[in-house]
Amino acid sequence: MTRLRLGLTLTAVFCTSFAVAQGGDPRRSGYQEMGPALQKMQDDDTANPAMLYAQSGATAWTEKAGLAGKACADCHGDAAVSMKGVAARYPAIAPSIDKPVDLEGRINLCRTTHQQAPELAAESDDLLALGAYVALQSRGLPIAPPDEPKLAAVRSAGADLYKGRQGQLNLSCANCHDDNAGRKLAGATIPQAHPTGYPIYRLEWQALGSLRRRLRNCIVGMRAEPWRPGAPEYLALEAYLMDRARGMPMDAPGVRP
Amino acid sequence: MANVLVNAPKTAKKGDTVEIKALIMHPMETGFRPGTNGRIIPRNIVEDFSATWNGREIFRMKMSPAVAANPFVSFFTVATESGTIALRWSGDEGFVAEHRVAITVT
Repeated sequence: MTRLRLGLTLTAVFCTSFAVAQGGDPRRSGYQEMGPALQKMQDDDTANPAMLYAQSGATAWTEKAGLAGKACADCHGDAAVSMKGVAARYPAIAPSIDKPVDLEGRINLCRTTHQQAPELAAESDDLLALGAYVALQSRGLPIAPPDEPKLAAVRSAGADLYKGRQGQLNLSCANCHDDNAGRKLAGATIPQAHPTGYPIYRLEWQALGSLRRRLRNCIVGMRAEPWRPGAPEYLALEAYLMDRARGMPMDAPGVRP
Repeated sequence: MANVLVNAPKTAKKGDTVEIKALIMHPMETGFRPGTNGRIIPRNIVEDFSATWNGREIFRMKMSPAVAANPFVSFFTVATESGTIALRWSGDEGFVAEHRVAITVT
């Protein structure tokens, strides 16, 4: 009986993964929605401008900072080994403060506690560069948010924000990214809003930007008032979106139009 | 020095057409935008990009404020002899960046 059950489970697992591999997953990343020219730009590491930031991040990884005089590499060693899959797990609960943090928050937590250095300014090039370098190590790996009971509340708060209407246009995120994904908003294709490639080099920004910047962009577009910098709403939405994209491959640092 | 990413073949046959692609980190500030204090941010662009093959110039371009940040340049040349391709960017505020790649021509 046990053997039969195991066999059935294995068959189910196989069928699911087969379906995913065959494109049975209706989810599409922003990368898949882009034209071939932009996809090529992202795929070529010498044409993807985000790689310039990753280059800076690689330098910063080995630079000593703060009163502790330690570099990231002094504790974590080779990022290609220690940071593999890390970006695919965040936001997560940081045990030392028992609170959810995103990747940028985790980097700053490391700076203040282990390096005894001041936090890097939110959305600064230095922070984005380190984020890009860490995210690069998860390229191709599936997004795997942790099964933390404490994150469930954060995610459901994010889901409410995603589905709730707001702003002068009275729109919710879901109105565009669920109901009308794949259709056009003026000349641009509306993506399904899976955060697979962050931090992204957005051509419109001519710079690398975080998921928070992207969220703020959308909120302004809905003519709603963006939350104050560092507000928990951003983290909640990030946690929900990563959970929604669970299993999709990371393509960070991405290029987006 | 500014971050640079260059994609050039390591080897080529004599007479072959080779593509050289170069990307550099630069804000390309136009000089037309006001900053948060309302004052115009001074122009800061890469003005000149050139490439030499064993010291002989093979490519040169002038850039303008209309060129996007982190300019990406791709050009073709004919492989003549083994040696070094040297790329050089220069611009406002004394900006200079250089990058060399070795190429073997058989």
